[in-house]
Order: sequence, then C-alpha cells, then structure tokens
Amino acid sequence: MHWNSYADFVHMGGYGLYVWGSYGAALVLMLIEPLLVVQRRRRALAQAGDGETA
Amino acid sequence: MKRTTSLRWSTYAAPSRFYALAGKLVPWFWAATIVLSAIGLFIGFGIAPSDFQQGDAYRIIFIHVPAAWMSMVIYGVMALFAVLGWAFNTRLSSMYARALAPTGAMFTFLALWTGAFWGKPTWGTWWVWDARITTEFILLLLYVGYIALTEAIDDERRAAHAGALLALVGAVNLPVIRYSVVWWNTLHQGATISMDSAPKMAATMLIAMLIMTLAFWAYSFAVVFTRARAIVLEQEGDTEWVRALAARQTRA
Repeated sequence: MHWNSYADFVHMGGYGLYVWGSYGAALVLMLIEPLLVVQRRRRALAQAGDGETA
Repeated sequence: MKRTTSLRWSTYAAPSRFYALAGKLVPWFWAATIVLSAIGLFIGFGIAPSDFQQGDAYRIIFIHVPAAWMSMVIYGVMALFAVLGWAFNTRLSSMYARALAPTGAMFTFLALWTGAFWGKPTWGTWWVWDARITTEFILLLLYVGYIALTEAIDDERRAAHAGALLALVGAVNLPVIRYSVVWWNTLHQGATISMDSAPKMAATMLIAMLIMTLAFWAYSFAVVFTRARAIVLEQEGDTEWVRALAARQTRA
C-alpha cells in the first residue's frame, strides 16, 4: 500500500477530483441501472397478473 | 428425427426457457461482479504503483478502458442479435437486442465521462472533437437513436425490423472507432494493448484493468439478462406460462 492515510487516499496525489469524479459516476450509474431493471421486471410480472383478472 | 433436432435447436430460443435459465444465472453474475470488482479495485488502488508521468490520475484507466470496450462489444452483439431477429424472425433475438441497448449506452456515456475526467488533468481540456472521442460520441447517438426508434413503434415486429436496420447501418462506426487513433492524428493515445506486441504498461496495472473488464462483463450479463426477462414478460404477457407465473407470484 502506498497510501499513508485515508486523507492521502482521498487526495489521490492531487487528482482526487478527477479520479473520484470518474469512479463516483461509475458507481452511481451501475447502482441505478440494476435498480431500474429489477423494478421493470417486477412491474412487468405484476401487470401480467393484472391481465389475468381483466 | 427432424422433430427432435428442431426441438433441441429451439430449446433456449423459447422465451419461457430463457426466462427460467436466466433467472438461475443472474445471481451468479451479480456475485461475480462484486467479487471481481473488489479484486480489481484492490489491485488497482492498493498494489498498482503510481504512474511516473501521470501520477494517480491514470487510475481512471481501470474503468475507462473496460467501459469503452464494453460500449463497442455490446453494440456489436446488439447489432448481431437485431439482424438475426430480423432475418430469421426469432423473437428472442430481437428481445436480446433491445435488452442490450440501454446498458451499451450507459457504458458509452461512462467511457466519455471518465475520458473527460481523465482528459482535464492530462490534456488540459474536458473535451476535444478528435476522431476517437467524436466517433465514441456518435456511438452514444446510435444507441439513443436505436432505443428511441424501437420504443416509438408499438408493433413489436416492425420495431424489431426498423431497429435492426439502424443497428446494422450504425455498425460501420465500430471499426472507425477502433482504428480512429491509427487513421487520424488524434489527441487520444493509440492502443496500449494489442495482440502482436507486449502491453505498454506495468503488469499490475494491466491485471487490474483486465479484472475490471471481467467485472463489467459479469455486470452486463446480470443487467441485460434481467432486462431481457422483463421484456419477455412484457411481450408475452398474454401467454399461458406468463399468466401462470404471475398467478403463482401473487399467491406467494
């Protein structure tokens, strides 16, 4: 490990904004997309159930 | 005899079979995504050294390159399935194509975004209209166009046909992205990894990047399979097996 402290890790040798700006976007997108698809499948299953009663 | 072979060929081409099989596989792909990401990030941030020129800014590579690779691979697979669905009228192929598009668009956006955040500290600019970045941007427009076009047409078969045509024509962009750094004098650097020469980067950096690529592959399978299952339910909503499935779900 070449990081001396947590602050040192966040600082990223002066490139913190760029490194975490990239990883932050990846994390947000790759959390939102799975949530959306899981929701979409649940909704589709629920609607297929509705169709039966109609 | 003919009947058995045709049955075997279509076993996993049947939406109901796919739905059940994908449902079993998806949790494993999620597990692989988490484990591979953890290992890849540990190597990328804990073991790989700082770059002698770029310091720690280069660590963006561990998601930038995998995202850019996925953006192109997914487009190729999407176009292939779209055309298969069009040519042979296999509905599941068209469903796969439509399930792939949003994930491909997400990775294209991520490649552009991380590229901007890498370009600023190393080139001094967030954005430049050089050949690599412009063609990758066109890829994003193609994805958006494909999604908009297929969503705009209510008839599934017509949507599949129109989408396949757009995806096929747009596929010409893939080799242009690939060779953009060779054909034109771009600000974007050339390939770091190629089949015919040793990689121009440290082994730990390369390993971290390849493991992150596998993580993105696993993520793509997990998300795309889940979306494809949703699409199967949406398009097969009035079939017997989906109704039975929905009824079982409500009772449980």
